[in-house]
Amino acid sequence: MRIAATLGLIGLLAPAPLGAETVIRSAVLRVDVAGLPPISRLDLPPDDLGLAGARLGTMDNATTGGFLGQTFETAELTATPETAAATLDKAMADGAGFVVVIADDAMTLVLADAARDRALILNAGARGDALRGTECRANIVHVAPSHAMLADALAQFLAWKKWDEWFLISGSHPADLDLAQAYRASATKFGAKIVEDRVFEDTGGARRTDTGHVQIQKQMPVFTQGAARHDILIAADEAGIFAEYLPYQSWEARPVAGSAGLVPRSWHPALEAWGATQFQNRFEAMAGRPMRDEDYQAWLAVRIIGEAATRTGSADPAVLRDHILSPGFEVAGFKGQKLTIRDWDHQLRQPILLTTGSLTASVSPQDAFLHQVSQLDTLGKDRPETECSFP
Amino acid sequence: MRLALLSFLLLAQPALANKVFVSNEKGNDITVLDSETLEVIATFPAGNRPRGITISPDGKELYVCASDDDTVRVFDTETYQETHTLPSGPDPELFVLHPSGNPLYIANEDDNLVTIVDVQTRRVLAEVPVGVEPEGMAISPDGAFVVNTSETTNMAHFIDTASSQIVANVLVDQRPRYAQFTADGKLLFVTAEIGGTVAVIDVATKEVVHKIGFQIPGVLPEAIQPVGLKITQDGSRVFVALGPANRVAVIDGTTFEVIDYLLVGQRVWQLAFTPDERLLFTTNGNSNDVSVIDVAAGKVIRSVPVGQQPWGIVVAPD
Repeated sequence: MRIAATLGLIGLLAPAPLGAETVIRSAVLRVDVAGLPPISRLDLPPDDLGLAGARLGTMDNATTGGFLGQTFETAELTATPETAAATLDKAMADGAGFVVVIADDAMTLVLADAARDRALILNAGARGDALRGTECRANIVHVAPSHAMLADALAQFLAWKKWDEWFLISGSHPADLDLAQAYRASATKFGAKIVEDRVFEDTGGARRTDTGHVQIQKQMPVFTQGAARHDILIAADEAGIFAEYLPYQSWEARPVAGSAGLVPRSWHPALEAWGATQFQNRFEAMAGRPMRDEDYQAWLAVRIIGEAATRTGSADPAVLRDHILSPGFEVAGFKGQKLTIRDWDHQLRQPILLTTGSLTASVSPQDAFLHQVSQLDTLGKDRPETECSFP
Repeated sequence: MRLALLSFLLLAQPALANKVFVSNEKGNDITVLDSETLEVIATFPAGNRPRGITISPDGKELYVCASDDDTVRVFDTETYQETHTLPSGPDPELFVLHPSGNPLYIANEDDNLVTIVDVQTRRVLAEVPVGVEPEGMAISPDGAFVVNTSETTNMAHFIDTASSQIVANVLVDQRPRYAQFTADGKLLFVTAEIGGTVAVIDVATKEVVHKIGFQIPGVLPEAIQPVGLKITQDGSRVFVALGPANRVAVIDGTTFEVIDYLLVGQRVWQLAFTPDERLLFTTNGNSNDVSVIDVAAGKVIRSVPVGQQPWGIVVAPD
């Protein structure tokens, strides 16, 4: 026993000599699409977006693995849509049995179909509902929350506030429409009413010009003018085109939620509850910046792999995969309760943070919404509603 | 005659009052209660984010983990003045004192270390690398083993106090928070906050021999989060603070069956007995109070308002 522990400690300090059976190999693959910068320069994506989260997860796994004689390797890869498939192929050829993918819905699907049974895909980026529904794949585990979960999380809070008349503004991109549809479904599910439903067309144009704010100050009131009486504006803007312009610029004096204002998300760097402070500290010490949603999701994806390795004592991807998809699987993620995986669409159950610019304002599910199985199943597509069927 | 006199004296003598020290995580201070009157008798500042709290065997020195100051502050239990600090490593959260009163074993959450500090020379004796986010600390009654629980690694690490080396790692459920040995040193109890269980570990074999689960009618399973734990000297009863379930579970120490759930304040966190085990105090982080449990009666008899977000608690020895 002492010898094993000592070996484990050596493993902490330096890469141990690798016996093939003790190494758990994974990859994190981020697919970057060329596009405009975000509206606010505060939101510019760091180069190591998501990759840094996976790195921390690998370090955490390695510390635990050190006590069990397990070593973890996670290749950090970035690709363009053109090179993504080849990059995935290379990662799998190098032995990665698990690939954490940070990409949009369509690309995540392409990669999952390319991986087939050679690797389990852990989706740490794409949030579309079709990916968990009509287009679901058995070889994907969705660590990122779905649009339906995010919309339900906000809807529960608004129900608690009794702000049940919504003015929904959707962007014109496909992901915006998917998110808007999720808000419509949430409104029905939680008894809210969409009293006004508009689309903000992305017509391009200058974004950060010298007089940009002058334009915004004139355009947004006009765009939101003449809407039916509403309690709140809800922006569905996955593309990041207009939502940040809405607060304080709407025609009526109403709060904004959704893609700006009160935002439902998987993580926020100000979260302090449930031991999150020390987790934030560890990440910031390593990455030199606050943690973003993609980092949290990639960290959690890598921790899922590590947790399976710890509990099974195995490095065989097939054994780990079976454990991850078994009913008994659970993982902790600084959200105050255990996180588990839905067997009907492989979506990770998780509380959703409702955040303002600098704080976590609330966390859903809200207390009042109960469920016969798991309160977390009040968020997103529950078993009876799912459109997913695995072969 | 002598016997009669003795019992008369025992009866006539008021029970000894002990000071109860409560660390207020958000209030940055310590509240002092009187264990007899259950009144607040003092409050004094304790640095930033005081959490873990313990006391020397002679009752003269109070040790407080000032987590955000990265230090352990030492206070005189009579004057409430800070006498000195101890090097603790970053973000100390919980610690345990050797039964002899020295050294102090400290969990450093941010650094995956257990720091061993000599409380006399005030020097770091050793640092032991452990799992991710070390938290709970326990020491065996004979002082042979220190156990640390790591919250993200989900293990109880047995550290040999002679060599300062890890000699065994026992896997438990998600997010182990607190550990305690039975007085006979045979069993180790470990709470798992997110797993919602308490693991009972056989110290000789270092294996989990039993896992205690909890079910409370009308309380969501997710809200049942075992944190603090205390075992009676005779091992007959185990008390477990269940966090946001706002209850303390009473467990039979032999059968490991849950006998009762006592309703206390909100987010019940840590527990402490009076030396005679007549009373058990609980810190309730969200209701800013301490619940007082009559151990024999199995009843909550009082709640006493203390500071902001009470976290840790220790009762002075007789």
